[in-house]
Amino acid sequence: MNDVAPAALTAASYKSDYKPIWCPGCGDFTVLSAITKAFAILQLQPHQVGVVSGIGCSSRIPAYTTCYGFHGVHGRALAAGTGLKVARPDLTVLVAGGDGDGFSIGGNHFMHACRRNVDLTYVVMDNHVYGMTKGQASPTTEPDWDNKLAPGGTGISSYQPLVIALAAGASFVARAFSGDPNGCAEIIAQGIRHPGFSFIQVLSPCVTFRPEQREWKTMVRPAPVEPTDDTSVAARRILTDDGFNTGVLFSRTRTPYPHYRSGTGKRTVADLEAEFQL
Amino acid sequence: MANNQMRTSLSIALAGSGGSGVMTAGEMLLDAAAKAGLYGMMVRTSGPQIRGGEAAALIRLAQKQTVSLDDGFDLLLAIDWQGVNRFADEIPLSASSVVISDADEGEPPEVFKQSGARCFALPLKKTAKSIAGSWVNMVALGLAGTLSGIPTEALEAALRSSWKKTEEGLKANLAALHAGIKAAGGIDGFAPLKAGAQGSGKPWLITGNEAAGFGAIKGGVRFVAAYPITPATELLEWMSPALTKIGGTLLQAEDELASVNMVIGASYGGVPSLTATAGPGLALMAEAIGLAVTAEVPIVVVDVMRGGPSTGIPAKTEQSDLSFAVSGLHGDAPRLVLAATSIVDCLATTHWAVQLAEALQAPAIVLSDQFMGQSRAIIDPPPDAGGEGQRLTVGANTADYKRYRNTESGVSPMSIPGTPGVPYTADGLEHNEKGTPSSQAADHRLQLDKRERKLALYDYGPRWADIEGDGDLAVITFGSTTNAVREALARLKEQGVKARLIALRLLAPTRPQHLSAALAGVARVLVVEQNHGGQLYRYLRAMYDLPRTAAYHRPGPLPLRPGELAKVIAEWANSNVTEKVPA
Amino acid sequence: MTKAQEPKAPETMEEFMAFALAMEREAVDRYTDFADTMETHNNREVAAMFRKMAGYEAKHAEQIMAEMGWTATTRLPVVKLDWPGFEAPETVSFDEVHYLMRPYHALQLALAAEERAERFFAELARITTSDSVRRAAQEMQAEEAEHAQMVKEWLAKVPAPDRNWAEDPDPPQNPD
Repeated sequence: MNDVAPAALTAASYKSDYKPIWCPGCGDFTVLSAITKAFAILQLQPHQVGVVSGIGCSSRIPAYTTCYGFHGVHGRALAAGTGLKVARPDLTVLVAGGDGDGFSIGGNHFMHACRRNVDLTYVVMDNHVYGMTKGQASPTTEPDWDNKLAPGGTGISSYQPLVIALAAGASFVARAFSGDPNGCAEIIAQGIRHPGFSFIQVLSPCVTFRPEQREWKTMVRPAPVEPTDDTSVAARRILTDDGFNTGVLFSRTRTPYPHYRSGTGKRTVADLEAEFQL
Repeated sequence: MANNQMRTSLSIALAGSGGSGVMTAGEMLLDAAAKAGLYGMMVRTSGPQIRGGEAAALIRLAQKQTVSLDDGFDLLLAIDWQGVNRFADEIPLSASSVVISDADEGEPPEVFKQSGARCFALPLKKTAKSIAGSWVNMVALGLAGTLSGIPTEALEAALRSSWKKTEEGLKANLAALHAGIKAAGGIDGFAPLKAGAQGSGKPWLITGNEAAGFGAIKGGVRFVAAYPITPATELLEWMSPALTKIGGTLLQAEDELASVNMVIGASYGGVPSLTATAGPGLALMAEAIGLAVTAEVPIVVVDVMRGGPSTGIPAKTEQSDLSFAVSGLHGDAPRLVLAATSIVDCLATTHWAVQLAEALQAPAIVLSDQFMGQSRAIIDPPPDAGGEGQRLTVGANTADYKRYRNTESGVSPMSIPGTPGVPYTADGLEHNEKGTPSSQAADHRLQLDKRERKLALYDYGPRWADIEGDGDLAVITFGSTTNAVREALARLKEQGVKARLIALRLLAPTRPQHLSAALAGVARVLVVEQNHGGQLYRYLRAMYDLPRTAAYHRPGPLPLRPGELAKVIAEWANSNVTEKVPA
Repeated sequence: MTKAQEPKAPETMEEFMAFALAMEREAVDRYTDFADTMETHNNREVAAMFRKMAGYEAKHAEQIMAEMGWTATTRLPVVKLDWPGFEAPETVSFDEVHYLMRPYHALQLALAAEERAERFFAELARITTSDSVRRAAQEMQAEEAEHAQMVKEWLAKVPAPDRNWAEDPDPPQNPD
C-alpha cells in the first residue's frame, strides 16, 4: 500500500548525486530507494538524519544519501550509531550494512544493540554472501554453498537473524524484500517510527555472486499473520519460518535507552568539586 | 627500423572496460611469455566496480627475472578509453612509446597524447566481431604478444592451456588471436624483446599471496583461521584447498579477533598455525599478538599491507604498517617482524617466519603488500629454504617441569597438550617460571628479560638482510621497494655512482651489531620507503646509531619506480643532504 | 504472486490521475537508476537508451500534470496504490538488468513494461464504476499501446544480441 502524499520532500530529496557503484541488478538499489521513500513518508529533514554504516557493498549507502553519513569500520556500525543517537537524540539515526558486516564481525554488537533498545533503525541488506571481497560465505549463507574459501560449503548451520534479534530482546523485528521497494519502504518507516531498536532484515539479492537469488521474488510472500507483541507467539512463528515471510514479525513497546542528557540532575561542575572538600 | 636494438625489458599496458577481458588477456600474455622462455610480472588495476569496470593489466616482460615495474610503458593497447583517466598516472608514457587503440573509440585522451607517443588506430572490435564467437581481448593478445616478440606457438599454447569452454569457441578465439598477430605487421618501429634466458628448471607462475601461503605450508603450518580482507583474501583462498589436500584445515572465522585467538589456541595445542590479514585486521589482532608474546605461543601473522590509515585504499599498495608491526603492542612486547622483499621472497620469508616462530615460541608478523600479494610473476623455481619449523618441547613425565624456565637462550621447552606429567596453564598474565600468575618484580623482570633475550641472541644467519655492493654510500629499504632500488642502483653503477643496497628482511628484533657491520665504511645512508611518515627512517634512527642519514619516502598508491629512485639517489649521492629528500 | 491480483480501481478522476502520475514517476526513477548504473559500468549505449526512456516517461508525467492543471506544489490526492506484483506495471524490475546487456534487451524490457501498463489500464477501465475514470483509463491504455508500438519499431531496428553477450572473460574485481 502506498500513499501518494503531497510532499514538500520526495524520495529524490534524500538521494545524493553520487552514482552507486553497485552491480546492475543488485538489490541494494531498491533498498536505497526504499530508505529514501521511507524518509519521504515521514517527511524527515535530510540534515536531521544520520546514516551510519560499516564496510561492504551495502555499507556504501550513506554517501548515496543527502543525510549526514558515517562510513565507519567493518562491523562497528551499530556501535557508532549507538554513540550518535545517545549523544544526539534529536537526530533520526538509521544504521545500514550487509550480513557479513552485521552478523559476522558485527555479531556481538548486534546482540547487544537488540538488548539495549536505543532508538535506532537497523537495516541489514542480506544477500547471504561477502560480495565486496568476491564471494566468501557469510553467516547467513547456506551450509552447502560451494566457495573458494570453504570448498563444498562451510558445513555450518546458518545464522538466523530474526531468531537472534528476538531472543536478544529487540522490540521491533521485521523482514522485507528489496524487490518490493514500496513495501520495504513502509516497513522501514514503521521501524523508524517505532521508539526503540528496530531491526529489519532486507533480503537483497547479489546478482554477481549469488545469481540464483533471482528466484527469491517467487518465494517471498507477506506473512499471513498480523505483527504480534507477544514474545512467545513471535518465537513460535519465527522457529517455523522459512526465511521468506515479509512484514513486521514482532513489535512491542519497551522504553528506549535514555540519551546522555537524560540525567535529571541540576548540579554544576562546581558542586562536584565541592564534594572533594573535607 | 632505426635504432632497432632489441629490448631486454618491455612494458605493456592493456586497458579496457565492460567485459573486454584485459585481465584475462594479460594473464595469457604472461603465460605465453613464460612458455617462450621469458620472465615478467603483471599488476592489475581497476575501478571500484565489481564487474564491467575500467581495468588495466600492467605487464613487464624481460629477459631476466624481474619483479618490479619499469619507469613507464612501451606499449599501451586500449580496447576502449572508458574510465581510463582513473589510472592514467599508473601508465606513464614517453615519446618512444606506442599507443594502439580501437579506431571506433576515438582519439586517445590528452593525458596520453601529450607524452608524444606514436598513436595507431586499429579495428580491434570490428575484427573480433567478424569472427563469430570470438573475443576482442584475443585480438589484443595476438597483437601485443607479437609486438613483444613472443612466438605464435607460445601465444597459441597459452590460449589452449587456459581454455575451458567449447571446442568451437577455442577455434574462434584462435582465429581472433591470429588476426591480432597479423595486425602487428601494421605497427612499424617497435622493437621486440630479445629471446628469453630462462634457467634450466621449469619456471613458476605465482603471486606473492600464493607464494606466502606455500611458504607457510613448507614451514609446517597446518591450521589457518582467517577472515576475508583485501588484499589478503587470495592467500587464504589458495591455502584452503591446499591445506585440505595435505591434511590441514582453514577455518573462516567471524572476524580478525577470532582468527588470531583461534590460531593461538591451535598453536598452544601444538599445531603450527597462521593467519593472514591487512592493516585494519592487524590492528584488531594487536591484543592477541601480545598474548602470544607473553604466553610464548608461536604464531605467524601475514600482513598484506595496503593504503592506510584506517580503511584507507584497500586495493592499492603501501608500506605504512611498519610502525604498527614493530611497536604496536601495549607493554614491552618483543616480537618478530619480517618483510618479504619480492613476490619470490614471499615464499622464503614466510617459510622462515614459521621456522623462527616455532623455534623461538614467539609471534612473527610477516609484512607483504598488495603489490607483491596480488601481482603474478614468472620466476625461477625458488631454492629450498629448509624444512619445517622445529619447536623445543619437553618429554613426558619430566621432573620439575617449569614451562617458562629461565634458560640461557631464553627459549624454554614447551609442553604440548596430550603429554602426560607436564601440564601447565599458558597465561597472558605475567607469571613465574612455573607459569603461575605473578605480580612480583623479580618474576616480571626475569620473564621480560627472557622474552627479549630469546629473540636477541638467536642466530638468524645471513638472511636478515640482502646486502649488495660496496662504497661509502648505502641505501636502506625493505619490502617491495627493494627491487626498484636494486634496479636504480644497477643503472647508477653504469654511470659511475656507487652505493650499497641493504634490504632488510628482519625488522624486529633490532640487532645493532649486524647493521653496523653492514654499514662499515659507509659515510652516508639514504632510507627509501613507500609511506608518508618515513616509518623505516624513524625506526632506524631510533634504534640504531647511523652515519649521516637522509630519507626519501612517499605514500602509495603509485609505485616507486627505478628511474625516479635513480634520480633521487644520484642527487643525494652528489650532495650533502642530511635531512629528508623532498619527494 | 504475492499481492491482491485484482487492482482496486480509483473512483474519481483526481484519484485516477494521481495514480497514473505515480506510475509514471516510478518508471522515470527506475529508468534513471538504470541509466546511471549502466554509465558507471561503462555500458554507454544502453545507458543512453535508458535515459531516453526515462525522458519519455517524464514527458508522459508532465502531460498528466498539465492535463490536470497540477504544479510542483499542488497537493495531490492521497491514493492507495494497489497493483498486482511488487511494483507498478510500468516499472522494470531492478533485477532485469545486466552490466553487459545490449540495447535489444533494454527495448524488450521497455516493451514488456508498456504492454503490462496497457493491460493494467484496460483492467482498470473494466472494473471502475466511474464513467470519467473509465474514459481516462481507456485513454491511458491507448497511450501505452502507442508507446508499445513505438518501442516495437525501435526494436526492429536494433540487432539481436550474440549468443555470448553475457560472457565476460574477466572474473569479478575486488575493489575494496
